[in-house]
Amino acid sequence: MIVYLNGKAYEASPGETVLQVALRNHLYIPHLCFHEKTGKAAKCRACVVEVEGMPGLKTSCNQPVTEGMKVTTNSKQVLDAQRLVVDLALSSGRHDCLACEQNGNCELQDAAYYLGITKPSFQLYDDNYEIDDSSEFIVVDRSKCISCGRCIVGCNHTVVNEVLNYGNRGYETKIVFDTDLPMGSSTCVQCGECVQLCPVGCIIDKRTIGAGRTWELDKVETVCPYCGVGCKLEVHIDRTQDKIIRITGVEDSPTNNGMLCVKGRYGFDFVNSEERLTSPMIKENGKFREASWEEAIALVASKFTSIKDEFGSDSIVGLASAKVTNEENFAFQKFIRKEVGTNNVDHCARL
Amino acid sequence: MTNDIAGIKKADVILIIGSDTSAAHPVIAARIKQAVREGNSKLIVIDPKRIVMADYAEIYAAHRPGTDVAVMNCMMHEILKNGWEDKEYVESRLEGFEEFKTEIMNDKYSPENIAKISGIKADTLRAIAKLFGQAKTASLFYAMGITQHTTGRDNVWTTANLQMICGNLGVEGGGVNPLRGQSNVQGACDMGGLPNVYPGYQNVTLPAIQEKFEKAWNCKLDNKVGITITEMIDGAYDGSVKAIYVMGENPFLSDPDQTHVIKAFERVDFMVVQDMFITETAEFADVILPAAAYAEKDGHFTNTERRVQRINKIIEPPKGVKNDWEIIQLIANAMGSDWNYQTVRDITQEINALTPSYAGITWERVGRTGLQWPCPNTEHPGTPYLHKEKFARGKGLLSAKAFQEPDELPDEEYPLILTTGRVLQQFHTGTMSRKTQGLNNLAGPMVMISVEDAERLGISNSEVVSISTRRGEITAPAFVTKRISTGVIYIPFHYKESPANRLTNPAIDPIAKIPEYKVCAAKIRKIS
Repeated sequence: MIVYLNGKAYEASPGETVLQVALRNHLYIPHLCFHEKTGKAAKCRACVVEVEGMPGLKTSCNQPVTEGMKVTTNSKQVLDAQRLVVDLALSSGRHDCLACEQNGNCELQDAAYYLGITKPSFQLYDDNYEIDDSSEFIVVDRSKCISCGRCIVGCNHTVVNEVLNYGNRGYETKIVFDTDLPMGSSTCVQCGECVQLCPVGCIIDKRTIGAGRTWELDKVETVCPYCGVGCKLEVHIDRTQDKIIRITGVEDSPTNNGMLCVKGRYGFDFVNSEERLTSPMIKENGKFREASWEEAIALVASKFTSIKDEFGSDSIVGLASAKVTNEENFAFQKFIRKEVGTNNVDHCARL
Repeated sequence: MTNDIAGIKKADVILIIGSDTSAAHPVIAARIKQAVREGNSKLIVIDPKRIVMADYAEIYAAHRPGTDVAVMNCMMHEILKNGWEDKEYVESRLEGFEEFKTEIMNDKYSPENIAKISGIKADTLRAIAKLFGQAKTASLFYAMGITQHTTGRDNVWTTANLQMICGNLGVEGGGVNPLRGQSNVQGACDMGGLPNVYPGYQNVTLPAIQEKFEKAWNCKLDNKVGITITEMIDGAYDGSVKAIYVMGENPFLSDPDQTHVIKAFERVDFMVVQDMFITETAEFADVILPAAAYAEKDGHFTNTERRVQRINKIIEPPKGVKNDWEIIQLIANAMGSDWNYQTVRDITQEINALTPSYAGITWERVGRTGLQWPCPNTEHPGTPYLHKEKFARGKGLLSAKAFQEPDELPDEEYPLILTTGRVLQQFHTGTMSRKTQGLNNLAGPMVMISVEDAERLGISNSEVVSISTRRGEITAPAFVTKRISTGVIYIPFHYKESPANRLTNPAIDPIAKIPEYKVCAAKIRKIS
């Protein structure tokens, strides 16, 4: 079907919402509570638009498209309404971007930028705010929360850990863990789904605080090195140090749909570990010493050859690895079969 | 997995047996929980530990470790008795049904009799069979809780029997779904990291296959099946194995009966370990070769649903470190061979050429979402689920397995059953996960013990206790909990300071050669 956004015709499919069609075509409409994974919410009201023939303003995140629908996203009435919503969100918390981890990756900041809001009209927040840093990997700063509910939907409906919920009422409304426990004492398993879904700087990775601005980091996709689910990761790297700063899940991956576990998201220290081996080692008189690659390879090759000659190919065995690539495992079994001359190759699939 | 992750939500009933899913495969656990919470799926959990997944289950039952065949045979006994099997499927797709039925309908598999063996009440067994048997589509998930037994192969076969008679194989949302435990354990198997098969499970004993690889590699190849990891350790111990080449593994902590492993490593003439770290195993090596981490290389991993996915080089490896394939090539050529891989893509091409199920999974085609094997040509879209319309062998073969007790049962001296496994925050032997301090802060060594046993022995929570078996002794803090059955203790195997595999029984399944990590006899005592 065809729909018209600000007078221009766009292809759309039945079941799509106005916001989805707009975003797919790079037409920005401010939105805070909507996320593809957590779905329609129509709570924050930042995404309101005019639809010809319909009274009042409509939330575009839950407005299904119909054939020939005419939508205006940039009239004064629309922008004024959006501006008030975003202004109130900015006013109701401590949204100071200067040292915020989410700066540059903040959906509230994007909305304010689009609407040209330089300063909140009201200052409602309480200076006595508490930051919950009781959890090992995640920090919660509720003074930045805009009550969009994405973390709650993610925790309950996506990863289904059922820890996060709203507590209290009205202006006192806040996100709570279990029965309003500190995050670290709650049943939270620190999968970080809430961090990934938070549109602002309220729920953030503890260990990346101050480690790098989002636009300074390169992002490359790969696969998690832990269990066999094969979750797709996006690894955020500081190129100046060749260092992994943060890991997020790839939202459109068929294996994990953006989800990760505590190991996949936070357990990456081994890569940049100081304990990494950086030189071949040869044991002499019970002690290891560093050796050149030439010396180590020559020793291994001559020992394998002499043992093969003296005791036969079957006296040598090889353990391939469940943690290296297909190509490396292929090369390993080829080595054992072709060069050593035995089928004595296995790995820890059974263990 | 015969089926795919996306299909999880299509099952009406999901059975988890022998998998602590939310600990070992958390994102698949999330998919199952989603199916239960959002969809119409009902969950059955059978596990000696009241795992987190039990909280989402319609029926949870704790069985005595090692009685899986008995429990599933009982389910099938009830299913056949009530006519809940998929008769048309049995007729058209399976063979061996009559003989199978005769064995399964034996009264020894009645709920009353199996209740005595498994510890699950007869009515609960009936309810499980009814829920599962009446489901339109049911899926079955397992992990090492099914395989790591001296009857591991019988256990696996029995899961297949169950899914076959219910018509749940070759259908979307069904399947026998073993959850693979490591990032590329599926790929390591697919690539012939096994003593009986070349890449793509092509048998080393078949002359035509041997000839194909001899021609491709320009060499003579052996047609005799090699030895498995447990036999390699035994061979090193008894002197028939003289050299061990270990790439990215840590058998010191992952193999059963650690004392035996240590002696084996000490006796072997020459040992090479290729790893990122000086692991506990590498301490025994004569030469250690430093290898690159996943983040430092290109290539592919194959996940538990047979999806081949690209891994990308993200950062440069530390200076002095090489890729595993480069190291292997250096050794091969130093031994006088003529390897000439310029990049990892050259190996991918060779895989495509020699592995029928990977023929269409070329570097160019893998893309962002990967491809699921079998993918026999470059036009093929990949295979989300196996055995559609017909089984690989033609008809599905039913074969009833008789229940057998585990190798080592509790007795007066060792009155408890020890079972081992993983926790959420750690991974395998800890070479990777234990480098992140936060994970260590969250999960250290422990022995899970029931409230009843702890009270009887006067053990309090967090108290460091001694756990011993006929193989050895370790100490660990007690985690006193209602989540584990009375008479059973559980120890995660990640920790070198409390190595569970010093205690485990090296008895293996006669065919699969997998050790019985999930059952051995143990005792606990207070230290002070």
